[in-house]
Amino acid sequence: MSLPSQASQALESFTQARGWEQRARLLMQWGERLEPLADSEKTEANRVHGCESLVWLVARQQDGGWQFKASSDARLLRGLLAMLLVRVQGLASDELSALDLREWFTQLGLERQLSPSRSNGLHAVLQRMAELQRQAQ
Amino acid sequence: MFQPSPWRADFPAISALQRQHQTYLDSAATTQKPQALLDALNHYYSHGAANVHRAQHLPGALATQAFEGSRDKVAAWINAAQARQIVFTHGATSALNLLAYGLEWRFEAGDEIAVSALEHHANLLPWQQLAQRRNLKLVVLPVNQLGRIDLDQALQLIGPRTRLLAVSQLSNVLGTWQPLEPLLSHARAQGALTVVDGAQGVVHGRHDVQQLGCDFYVFSGHKLYGPEGVGVLYGRESALALLRHWQFGGEMVQQADYQSASFRPAPLGFEAGTPPIGAVIGLGAALDYLASLDADAIGRHEAALHQSLLRGLAEREGIRVLGAPQAALASFVIEGVHNADIAHLLTEQGVAVRAGHHCAMPLLKGLGLEGAIRVSLGLYSDGDDVQRFFEALDQGLELLR
Repeated sequence: MSLPSQASQALESFTQARGWEQRARLLMQWGERLEPLADSEKTEANRVHGCESLVWLVARQQDGGWQFKASSDARLLRGLLAMLLVRVQGLASDELSALDLREWFTQLGLERQLSPSRSNGLHAVLQRMAELQRQAQ
Repeated sequence: MFQPSPWRADFPAISALQRQHQTYLDSAATTQKPQALLDALNHYYSHGAANVHRAQHLPGALATQAFEGSRDKVAAWINAAQARQIVFTHGATSALNLLAYGLEWRFEAGDEIAVSALEHHANLLPWQQLAQRRNLKLVVLPVNQLGRIDLDQALQLIGPRTRLLAVSQLSNVLGTWQPLEPLLSHARAQGALTVVDGAQGVVHGRHDVQQLGCDFYVFSGHKLYGPEGVGVLYGRESALALLRHWQFGGEMVQQADYQSASFRPAPLGFEAGTPPIGAVIGLGAALDYLASLDADAIGRHEAALHQSLLRGLAEREGIRVLGAPQAALASFVIEGVHNADIAHLLTEQGVAVRAGHHCAMPLLKGLGLEGAIRVSLGLYSDGDDVQRFFEALDQGLELLR
C-alpha cells in the first residue's frame, strides 16, 4: 500500500528534521493546515474524552472511504492530528484496520506521543477512531 | 542560582534520571526514593518475607517486628501519643474512603459535611458520594485570591449542622498552607469531626497531630519519599472508636462464625487482609532516613529554591501564578499559550513537570481554567533543576510565540 502524497511529504520533512525544535515547528506548520471545524461540528458527541485539551473528531464514510476531520485548542496536538489524518484520510475500513499507526508515528519520530500515559490525547483519538470503525461495521 | 542539595546523592534515581537527560520537577505527584529505602526493601525481601500478625515462626516474628516498628516510627514522626493510633492503609485515598465509609452511620439526612473548594479529588469525592448516599449537604468553603480558605466565610458556613470538616493542610495545586488552627477549633466547638488531608503537608516540615488538634490525619507513603501502596490514617483515640469496620477479611477479626463475627479495634481491625508489608517497612526506613537529616537545613533549602522558582516565574511576561504559593510548588498558566503546548515542549526538552487539572477539577474550573502547569520540588531538587526548567520554558515560549 503506497503512502498518500501528503503523507509522503510529511514523512520526508519529519525524517529530515533535526532535534525537538524542528519537529515542533513542523508539527505547528502541519497543524495550521488542518481544515478548521465549524462550530456546529464542535459538539459534545464529537468530543474525544481522555485528553487534557479539547479535541474533536468528526468521521463520515463517503464512496467506501473514511473522511475525517479533527481539531483541538492546543497547537501541537493539532499538528499530531494532522499527521494522523494525512495517513488515514480516504482509507476504506479494511485498509484502516490493517494500518499500523504506531509504525507510522514511529517513522515520523513521534512514537512517544502515542503513550497511553500521555495526556496529550493522541492515544484517546486513536481509540476513538477504532471505536467509530467498529460501530460502522 | 547555585543552590545545591546536600541530600541529592542519597537518591540514586536522581542521577539515573540525569543520565536520561530528565529534570524531575514533579515531586508533588510522587517522590524519588532514598537509598536507605531501597536497602530496607532489599533486606526484607532477600532475608525472608513472611506474613505479619499470624505465624509463630521466626520469619513471621521478624516481619511483624519490623512492621510494628514502622508503626512506632510513623507515630513518632507526627507525634501521635500511641502507635495504636496509626492505621496502615493502601494510600491517602483509601484512608479517606475508609473514613467516609467507617463514619457513614453517624450521618442523618440533612446533616452537613464541609470541605474546601481546593480539595484534591481524594478528599472531595468520598465525601460527595457519602453525601449522595445519605442525603447530606456538602458545604464547600470558598478560597480567596491568595489560595487560602476564606476564614470569615468558612467560620460562618461551619455551624451546628456540620458533622464533619475535611480540609487539606497544603494545597497540591496552589502550594498554600491552610488556616487549620482556627478552622479546626471552630469545627470542634460545633461538635464536628475534623479530617486533615496531609498528603502534601506532611512532606514539608514536621507536623504534630496533637498540636493540630484534628480527629484524623491522613497521608500517603510515596509522597514522603516512601513506597507506594501504603498510606497512614492517624486518629484521636476517641475518634477511632467511632469508626465502623469497613473492609472485612483476614486478621481484622476477633471471633468468626458462619453467621456472625466480632472485630478487632484499631489499628488491626482496619487492616483487613495482608497489609503491604514491604511498603510499610520501607516507609519506616524512609522516616529513619528523614529523621537523620537536619530539618531546619531542609526547610531553608526548600524555601530558597521555592523563592527562586517564584522569582523566575514573576520575571517572565504573561505568566499568571495561581494563588500565592508558600511552599513546595507553583502552578501557572501563560497568557495566549495552551498548557498542553508548553507541557509538550517541556517534555521534549526532558523537563518533567505536571500539566492538567491536578486532580482538582472543580478548583481549576472555579479559576476559569482548563488546566495549569505545576512545578514541584523535593528536598533533592537543586538550583540547576530550576534553571533548566526556566531555560526550557523560555525556549518553548520562543518557539510558540
